[in-house]
Amino acid sequence: MSTEDDELMREFLLESRENLHQLDRDFVALEQDPRDRARLAGIFRCVHTIKGTAGFFGLTKLEGLTHIGESQLSRLRDGELILDANITSTLLAMVDGVRRILSSIEASGNEGNEDFSSVIAALSRIGEPSTAAPLPPALPAAASSVVEAAPASAPAPAPVSAPAAVAVAAPLPAPVPEAQPAPTRSAAEPSDAGAKGVPGAADTTIRVDVSLLDRVMNLVGELVLARNQILQYGITAKDPAFTNASQRLNLLTTELQAGVMKTRMQPIGNVWNRFPRIVRDLANVCGKKVTLDLDGTETELDRSIIEAIKDPLTHAVRNAVDHGIENPERRAAAGKPAMGRVLLRAYHEGGQVNIEVSDDGGGLALDKIRARAVERGLITAEKASRMNEREVAHLIFAPGFSTADQVTNVSGRGVGMDVVKTNIEKIGGTVDISSRLGQGTVLKIKIPLTLAIIPALIVTSGGERFAIPQVNLLELVRLEGAQARRGIESLHGTTVYRLRGNLLPLVFLNGALELTKQDGSNDVCNIVVLQADDRQFGLVVDGISDTEEIVVKPLGKELKGISAFAGATIMGDGKVALILDVLGIAQRANVVSPSRDRALIDKSQKAENEQDAREALLLFRVGSSTRMAIPLSMVARLEEIPPEKVERAAGREVVQYRGAILPLLGLSRELLREPRQETGDPLLVIVYSVQGRSIGFVVEQILDIVEEVITVRSQAAREGVLGSAVVQGRVTDLLDVHGVIRRFDSAFFDRKDAA
Amino acid sequence: MTENRQLCTFLLDGLLFGVEVMNVQEVIRFQQMTNIPLASSMVRGLINLRGQIVTAIDMRARLRLPPLAAEQQPMNVVLRTGDGVVSLLVDDIGDVLELDGRVFERAPETLGAVFREVVLGVYKLEHRLLLLLDVERIVALGDQVEARGKAGEAA
Repeated sequence: MSTEDDELMREFLLESRENLHQLDRDFVALEQDPRDRARLAGIFRCVHTIKGTAGFFGLTKLEGLTHIGESQLSRLRDGELILDANITSTLLAMVDGVRRILSSIEASGNEGNEDFSSVIAALSRIGEPSTAAPLPPALPAAASSVVEAAPASAPAPAPVSAPAAVAVAAPLPAPVPEAQPAPTRSAAEPSDAGAKGVPGAADTTIRVDVSLLDRVMNLVGELVLARNQILQYGITAKDPAFTNASQRLNLLTTELQAGVMKTRMQPIGNVWNRFPRIVRDLANVCGKKVTLDLDGTETELDRSIIEAIKDPLTHAVRNAVDHGIENPERRAAAGKPAMGRVLLRAYHEGGQVNIEVSDDGGGLALDKIRARAVERGLITAEKASRMNEREVAHLIFAPGFSTADQVTNVSGRGVGMDVVKTNIEKIGGTVDISSRLGQGTVLKIKIPLTLAIIPALIVTSGGERFAIPQVNLLELVRLEGAQARRGIESLHGTTVYRLRGNLLPLVFLNGALELTKQDGSNDVCNIVVLQADDRQFGLVVDGISDTEEIVVKPLGKELKGISAFAGATIMGDGKVALILDVLGIAQRANVVSPSRDRALIDKSQKAENEQDAREALLLFRVGSSTRMAIPLSMVARLEEIPPEKVERAAGREVVQYRGAILPLLGLSRELLREPRQETGDPLLVIVYSVQGRSIGFVVEQILDIVEEVITVRSQAAREGVLGSAVVQGRVTDLLDVHGVIRRFDSAFFDRKDAA
Repeated sequence: MTENRQLCTFLLDGLLFGVEVMNVQEVIRFQQMTNIPLASSMVRGLINLRGQIVTAIDMRARLRLPPLAAEQQPMNVVLRTGDGVVSLLVDDIGDVLELDGRVFERAPETLGAVFREVVLGVYKLEHRLLLLLDVERIVALGDQVEARGKAGEAA
């Protein structure tokens, strides 16, 4: 074959592979709505193209297979046949056959030895009244062949696949096609079915080799570093022309970086587009009825992440169909529609991507999971009885759990869920599962947008800089002077800190990494509170610098054995800094793995608290910048009081309010010792009432009302403050209402008479 | 080992060593390094080589030679290996020599264990001996790293 032919062949293979994905989707959608003529025409065109090209290349096997398929499709198109599940399966078997021939051509250059006569026979039998068109034997394998074919899937041009996947979702809630007027040519129909015939899209996109993109990305990374160095030099340089040029370089580099990052982004629909087929085939094999809805197919992710989540997601979807959705009889008995529903949802939130796989199946049989885990020796019976629902549900992620061969009989999912969890955690993501018996299960996956560049906290210890990935970071605590000496306690060889009443195990980074502290002062103690696995711990470092976006670079093989590091990065000054592997450090210091039991118990208590503590909060600002919150239930009213109304009585500020005297408590003065700014603007007052008595808290600004899960802890970190929590992503102090009032007026709660 | 080879040579504690010139990416002077806590003492640190992070191996430590005098700065011989780029820290750089296979001889049995592990053989030059090093074995850092890594994990 000449090189020109080779080129043509490659093009043909690439294009066909995309077309096959499209065919899978179209067939599944068509089965739901057999009268969709536009889609049928698209399928026909696609098969016709493959047949034509196969003839051109002299691929007789491929041509034969597609020829018979095409004839049957034309009968469908002409209305001689009506598509049903059996015909769909037979036609899909043809698609699989085409796929296998193409893979064989790709691998060995020829069509392979596989015999497709049974598929061809099944195809030619279509429409014969006597046959109930037996499913071709290849069907159970078909699902897996999709999985195998998938890793090879080229970066499909995004704009085509995204609307296509939506189109799959759209016709699904119509299990009674007879009752509906056939949407012959709906205007809302996305153009994807006809896209092959429209040259417009192809003219504006080009195919780019992924390795080329990766190389460009690396070069941009280097450019960023060179830019950083020039900027540092520019600070000292006096030449205005140079400063200008470096500023411009700075801007351009930033834009270039963003642009290149964008080229690597792909919609998650690229992974999802194979799921309709997988779900359909699997549902058929299991004798279930399942529709798959896709929501948020256009959500974009970095290429590397798309690759990494492909298998775990497939696993999760298969699980949802196999173990989540019940069979139609059981569903009917439970009063649910026979058609089960699996929903895939993706959306961006706080710099992360959330993916949910939910089903409306039977939910996890927690008792059985509990029993199985005890049986498997994963937990003791005594512990099992203490675990709450959430923890029991999480047992399905336990490594030993899934390998049990009978777990599939338990109606909980279980096959390889530990693999799902491990793979997601490998890319810095988290997995959570929640379930309601009889109502379904939701698997929630949170993953970072990109692996290449991550936000990190830069800390110093022993004179070295280290980067801590922000995903692991919970909060920072700084203890000074006596506080540092008093707050840190020793407990049978381990060091702990009382963080809002809970004991936080401490790990000294200097100790863990065998470093020596540089400056000898013991007055300041910086604790970085981190989440590792299920467990929190405090990492004590010498200093905390800043947060920075870092480019993650792998470490050489010589250093792979050190679990404390996840990689390295190059800082703005051109020096290398190591990225800490939080889990690795926690394990080294024995904070996590051996004490898993304790982690689970702690977590259960925490989870219970969390459920209790979900409440509405009023957020407000005190002084110039302190964010505080109080439970909305404690707020009687919000008032604006003109400053001239404020009077003084018994050395205190009061106002006449609803026929009584309302004492005013300036929180900025009381808590922060900041005098109130006399601006002449009305005072913002939060009125708190108890037993007919009221008090007004003067604040600087009312910010918001939110509903959040807050763990209120009893131990006061500071006077007037119950503790801190992260609300809307920012540290917020919880006002100790009673404490503040007592300090202000010790007899407030004791007086029985109304004020 | 009878064919001719081109070797990039360098000095360590007065001894002359060589690696195949094809393995050498470049030779650069001493670079600022980031220490790697917990790593083997044979690993001196990480270098930023134009955006690529390269591990620097202290060849004196690797060969159990006495450390270089504090005021002397080592040179980097940057090598391409099967597992990426590494840098060898050496005392000084010698010439690139074209060597005749006939003057090559396997390392003597009596050579110390550390040397025997990484020295492929000896070229008998006119005035001195040149030891040919096995790059992959050097980078493997012997078994010490594993042993230490395990000890570290257990601690």
